[in-house]
Amino acid sequence: MLTSDNTTPATTVHSTQSGRSLAEIRQDFPILARQVHGKPFIYLDSTASSQKPTAVLTAMNEYYHQHNANVHRGVYLVSEEATAGMEKARVKIARFINARQSKQIIFTRNTTESINLVAHTWGSANISSGDLIILTEMEHHSNLVPWQLLAQRTGARLEFVPVTDDGLLQLDVYADLLRQQPKLVAFTHMSNVLGTINPIHEMIAQAHAAGAITMVDAAQSVPHLPVDVQALDADFLCFSAHKMLGPTGIGVLYGKKALLEAMPPFMGGGDMIRTVKLRESTWNDLPWKFEAGTPAIAEAIGFGAAIDYLNALGMDNVRQHEREITSYALDALKAVPGLTIYGPEADQRGGVVSFTLADIHPHDLASILDQEVGVAIRAGHHCAQPLMERYDLAATARASFYIYTSKEEIDILVQGLQKAQHIFRF
Amino acid sequence: MSMDYREYILDHYRDPRNYGTLEHPDVHCEDSNPLCGDQLGMDLQIEGDRVTEVRIQGRGCAISQASASMLSEMIEGKTLEEVIALGKEDVLEALGIPISPARTKCAFLGLRVLHRGLAIAGLEQPQEDEDE
Repeated sequence: MLTSDNTTPATTVHSTQSGRSLAEIRQDFPILARQVHGKPFIYLDSTASSQKPTAVLTAMNEYYHQHNANVHRGVYLVSEEATAGMEKARVKIARFINARQSKQIIFTRNTTESINLVAHTWGSANISSGDLIILTEMEHHSNLVPWQLLAQRTGARLEFVPVTDDGLLQLDVYADLLRQQPKLVAFTHMSNVLGTINPIHEMIAQAHAAGAITMVDAAQSVPHLPVDVQALDADFLCFSAHKMLGPTGIGVLYGKKALLEAMPPFMGGGDMIRTVKLRESTWNDLPWKFEAGTPAIAEAIGFGAAIDYLNALGMDNVRQHEREITSYALDALKAVPGLTIYGPEADQRGGVVSFTLADIHPHDLASILDQEVGVAIRAGHHCAQPLMERYDLAATARASFYIYTSKEEIDILVQGLQKAQHIFRF
Repeated sequence: MSMDYREYILDHYRDPRNYGTLEHPDVHCEDSNPLCGDQLGMDLQIEGDRVTEVRIQGRGCAISQASASMLSEMIEGKTLEEVIALGKEDVLEALGIPISPARTKCAFLGLRVLHRGLAIAGLEQPQEDEDE
């Protein structure tokens, strides 16, 4: 079990959290105590965005109350505090994913921006007409559209690893595609629809053997299971704070140092430069070369507090809790007549379950669950339209879980589904 | 506010009125709701200044399909002037339940298809999309 990095006063109170009960953990999330439509609020949409513990809110509040100033410029005490707060968060994040150096952690707005950054900078410098980029059928739009745009700009080719009926990648096709000497392979670590945890360690090794660079969309994995970028040998890997107890508006691009150093900058502006003349400029060192303009300072500090919180719980415990809840949910949902679950069994799945219930449209299901039992689920195409098409679906309902999800909440979800069936009896 | 699925809404959903297509429609339009994937097509037969026949076809959630079915009943037999005047409040009145903000696009899909179809046929001025 990991221990907390006791460097931020606002969060040291959580350093003894390991072994705490679910009830105690839930008390750290004020929103879980509210009601909707006169019923307790049951949040089963953490895959879209997680809830935030008090420690994160307090850390951000404290920055605005006590340390608010711009970073990397002021020579006065408060600005130095702000800079230290932000850079300390970067170090925590680097340790959290076992990056060699904190300068490999580039702050972006979110996972989407991280992928766009690589597509624009590394992509422009390395991809040309006829080059092959391999993606998969289970990608979120954020790991499809930036590569489509790059392909349109450069004339590169896109090929896709198909998905089996059980929601797994067809790795034999992947191996075949790798023989066509791709320049880049981009894939998700964990599907936001099917919950599938892909064998990315092997996939990265195979891509490297084929001479390709790898981009891992880890938006769903870094919040939910231990991720070690050095063990994975990932070239690029990205994720967002708001899916892992942190605030919206900040995400991370991790990259190997040599790759990041060789890349041209992304956006131009303050902070990313070393010297500026009227007609030309030179660039700052990593990571700031990619961080133009005033960054999301409070958000970085909140992100750091979220990392402290997760470290105190231990990511192995986080994964263990979700495995139990997911397994419980799969059993409970399988017992509902007319319900179809998409994706693999619990051992290859994160805390995400997509399903349909007979002929009831997922949007009607989501509305009924909200009103009748106070359960928040996602309904729609989950920003993965090609995957929906693969299963010949317009939409699915999706329940997703996190550290605060209880078995009682799953029971209430099932009760809500039974109510929906009663209302929609055909 | 509770968006309850009243029996008459479910009835329109299970058994949509005027379901199908016309062989030679004077007005045809289809559209989808990108958020939910609701789809709806509408055919109109116009004789003189009157809409004499209407057919709808589509797939999607109960709110989108039931509201289109209800709208088709409002349209048939009405004068063009009356049909052009149909607005969101008419659809909401027919539904008779509060529609949560996230579901307004579902509720108004039929109305949107109707007015877009009439505009394409040159029978009314194109409408600007309003904020919802």
